[in-house]
Parts: sequence; structure tokens; C-alpha cells
Amino acid sequence: MTGNVIEVNNLEHSYGSIKAVDNISFTVKQGEIFSFLGPNGAGKSTVINILTTLRKLQKGEARVNGYDVAKEPNSVRRSIGIVFQMLCLDHEMTVSENLEYHGRIYSMKKKERSKRIEELLKLTDLESKKDTLGKDLSGGMKRRLELARGLMTKPAVLFLDEPTIGFDIQTRMRMWEYLREIKREGTTIFLTTHYMEEADQLSDRISIIDHGKIIVTGTSNELKNKLGKDLIYLETSDNKAAAEILRSLVSVKNVTEDTKSLRIMIREDVTHVLPQIMDEIRRGGIEIIIVNIKKPSMDDVFVHYTGHELREGNGNGNGNGNGNEKQQGIETAVVSE
Amino acid sequence: MSFEFRAIYWREMLKYFRYKSMLITSMIQPVMWLAFFGLAMSDSFDKLTSLVPNEPGVPVVAYISYMGAGIIAMDVLFSSLFGGTTLMFDKKFSLLRETLASPVPRSHIILGIGLSAVTKALFQTFIIIGFGRLVGMEFFKGYTLIETLIAIVGITLLVSIFTLGFLFLSGSIAITVENPEGMQSILTLVSMPIFFVSTALYPIDGFPTFLKVLSMFNPMSLLAGGIRYFALGTNFSVMGNHYIYTTVDIVVAFLGLIFFALVMLSAAMWRFNKVDI
Repeated sequence: MTGNVIEVNNLEHSYGSIKAVDNISFTVKQGEIFSFLGPNGAGKSTVINILTTLRKLQKGEARVNGYDVAKEPNSVRRSIGIVFQMLCLDHEMTVSENLEYHGRIYSMKKKERSKRIEELLKLTDLESKKDTLGKDLSGGMKRRLELARGLMTKPAVLFLDEPTIGFDIQTRMRMWEYLREIKREGTTIFLTTHYMEEADQLSDRISIIDHGKIIVTGTSNELKNKLGKDLIYLETSDNKAAAEILRSLVSVKNVTEDTKSLRIMIREDVTHVLPQIMDEIRRGGIEIIIVNIKKPSMDDVFVHYTGHELREGNGNGNGNGNGNEKQQGIETAVVSE
Repeated sequence: MSFEFRAIYWREMLKYFRYKSMLITSMIQPVMWLAFFGLAMSDSFDKLTSLVPNEPGVPVVAYISYMGAGIIAMDVLFSSLFGGTTLMFDKKFSLLRETLASPVPRSHIILGIGLSAVTKALFQTFIIIGFGRLVGMEFFKGYTLIETLIAIVGITLLVSIFTLGFLFLSGSIAITVENPEGMQSILTLVSMPIFFVSTALYPIDGFPTFLKVLSMFNPMSLLAGGIRYFALGTNFSVMGNHYIYTTVDIVVAFLGLIFFALVMLSAAMWRFNKVDI
């Protein structure tokens, strides 16, 4: 099948009176890595649970690998692999037994199972650990085993719900390497994340999702380019007045006021615009304290489209998951290799 | 026809044999019951009832042989009642998610665990029968080889159906409660009347009427009686009580246990279909 592996039309989902998913439509193409980027509680997990048939579809239409999620759940289940947000491995079984069990519940033939287990242990560098019990693995290895398990049945699409949540940056980057390798082998990947740099570095296309709605979809570059080539950050003695002045300039596309600084999107090359901006502000009797020029990052993209930072902060790529784990009910602290 | 329950069964048995402590205690426990409780009880019962005259012409059975059937029933009751606990932990540690997200029908999850419990129960049953011989428990006395085989098949079937019934009950509780303590106290509560209001250890002739009636419908009594039918014969006396088991009794025991197992299966399915990820 060429074209779209996932097709979602007007999907809606409510918990009681709370609308968690609000009229979402998107498609995921064969062979790409597609990310849902958004804060906790934006509705990402709900969408993934509906697509993986773990939650009943309430309203709208969703097809995975050509199968209707509501009408052909078993065909969907046979087409997908899942890595859940929370670690869920059997700690009392070895690495290869965990994979063996998975192969068995999907009715894979014995020969096929052992061959696939060998391939996957190699892919995830767990060959030397194959007889190690789940509980004796490090956090990163556990995640890799889950990755291997998700791929056991050679799924058309692999779903990952916050695959690197709570991991330190090294472990996270290694995980990305494995995911790129899986993509190279032709598996479509759908992932949710609230880490900006994860979406940025890994995905072919990103949907920014907030309050149950998709705000914008595009490649990382497309999204960033919409903000112009460069962004100017200014700190002045009177940000409010400075913003007024800047908004009247033709070369300025957009000004957002932060608590401390002004973020300025511009239409032209920064080298020409910056002197003009500074002159205008000084002419208004405002003192400039700090000037900073930056290439737009996913953070900027997020702020631009949603009008706020990722809630609970921490989207800025410092690799620290503090605060988020608690919120998700996960007890793991920072997990490292 | 799908066979996914085999995967569930495989996992349960793998873990059963992996943990030697679990395996060995489950094997030793019935022997201990028989060795300590059984011998002590049978000695005192025999002493107390030694003066009671037996009916002439009726074969007399030692109390320990009578009680042996009850020990089997008791052992199987406890192991199957606690057998569902695995589901509670699987749910608690989100292990169930993997299986629930797979194409395995939910009924197969219960069936797979049920069959593993049956396997374990049969191990224990035959350990008791085997060890019992050493301490004077006389099952299949005077039976021909064919009769013995038929009796073994009969006991196997009864124990299997009984185990499935209580495993389904235990599974429904396990999937509903949230913590091990809750599970533990519910199981203790459930097991006590089932165990004591039955013919497992003693005849019910001396029971007050309402307990007698309850006991007659107790799966535990049906199992203990059924095992006695197969292991001790249809006509014997123990402690001065004359027992006659008829074909009707054994048919009732089978039907009663099958009915019980089916009711418990539907309870388990009902609870299971409510499980959300």
C-alpha cells in the first residue's frame, strides 16, 4: 500500500463533559515519522489509544493500514506495534521470553518467532542480554526491549506514546538513533511527545496539538520558516512601549511580549532590520538592555502557534523530565542507560 | 478456531516452573496437610469413634482415607482461589495492556490462566494421592487396573471443573480489586464458609439443617463427595456413618460443578469486558 498508513477524519472524543479531542483530521504517509507535539493533557494519548483500538472511537473516522478502527479492530491490531507510555514489561521473564510471549499472542509460527527475535535483539543491541530477566535491565534497555517487542510482528506502523519520557539526554539520543534505523527499514512511525527537540530532530512531519486541536502541521523546517529566517529578542526599559513602536514598522511581522523580553519576527534580513529597529526604539526614548538574535527553534514555533509555552515549562530541551513524570503518574525519575 | 490461550498458558507455566520456591511450596503444602493435620485428626477421630459400631457387611474406611478426598478439595480450592491473583498484578503493573492490545480475545486470557491452574491443581492432587498411600490413605482399594484408571479419569475431570470454577471467581475478583490486601481479605472471607460448610473434613449429619442445605450446594462438598465416589467406592462406612453413593449423586456432582464453573465464567467475562486499559 502506498500513500497513507493512517487516515483520521473529524475525530472527537470526550471524557464526560470534557472534550479531550476536538475535531481532529490528519494523515500519516507510508514510511514517515510523524509526531504529535503538545503539552501533557493536550489529547495526544487519547488519539493514540483510539488509533490502537484501546479506546472506543466515539465520533469521526479513523483508518490504520486501510482498516477501519471502529469496524475492524482485530485487523488494525494485527497491523500495528505499540510502545506504551508507561513501561510494561514482564520483569519475571527474560528479554527473549518477553519477545517470545509477544510472538505467541500474535500467533506467529515458531520458526518465524525465533528468526524475528534474533533480528530484533541485534537491532536493539540486546543480544548479550537475551537471557537477562526484565527486572535486571536498565531503563534504557527496558525501553529498547519494548521497542523490539513493538516490532515483533513486523507492523505496518509503530505507535510510540512519549517514548523517551523521563530519560536523560544521552539515553534519549540513543533511542532516536534506533527509531531512525527502524524508519530506514521501512516502518512508519507515529509518536507523541512533549519534548520539542524530539519532534524536531526525529520527525518528517509534526502536528502541534493543544487543547485537543491540531494547531498546525508541517515539516520542522516549514514550521520554523513561517517564523522567518531569524528571530530577534530584545529586552528594554519599557517593553510595552517598545512593542507599540515595533508593530508600526513594515519590516516587523509580529511582536510577542514575554514577561521579560520581546520576541520579534521580521520580514527581511536581520542584518538590515536590526539597526533600524534599534534606532526607532531609542528614538522613542526607550533604553535597550539586551539584544539577541536566534534561529527559530521548535520552542518558538510552539509559542507562536499556541500563544503560550509548553505547560509545566520544560519543553526547552534541557533533557530533564522533572515535574512531568509526577503529572503522568510515572514513578521513574530520570532514567539513564 | 483460535488458540491464543496457549500463549497465556505458556507464560503462566513458565513462571510456575521458574520460581522454584513457588513450585516446591505448592508441592509440599498438601503433603504437610496430610502429614500433620491429617494424621492428627484421623487419630483422634478414630479414637473417638472406635466405640461406634459399624454396620455388619459394609466395608470400613479409615478416616484418613475419607479425609484425603477433603484434603485434595481443600488444596485445590486454595490454589485456584489464589490463582487469579496473577491477573491483579498484571493489571497493577500494566502488563495486561500488552495482551489487551493484542488480537487475543479476552476469554482466552481467562481460559489460559484457568488451564494453567488446572495443571497445577492436578499436580497437587496426584501428589496427595501418591503421598497419601505412605501414610495409610487407601484410595482405589481392591480396584482392578481398569477401575483405577476410570477412577483417576473421574477425579481428574472433577478437579479440573472445580478448579476452573474457582479460578474464574478469583479472576473476576482480581480484575476488579485494586490492591493485594483487598484481594487477600476477600479471598479469606470467601474461602472460610466454602471450606467449613462442606463435607470436606467431616460428615454433615450433625450439622444444623440450614448448614446441611448450604453444604449440599457447596461445590466443595460436590467435589469431596465425587472424589470419594471414585476413590472409595459406592458403599462404605466411616466413623460409624454408612455412605452409599449412587450414580445420581455423581451425575449431580458433575452437573453442579459444571453449572458453578459456567456461572463463574460468565461472571469473569462480565468483569473482564469492563476492564479498560
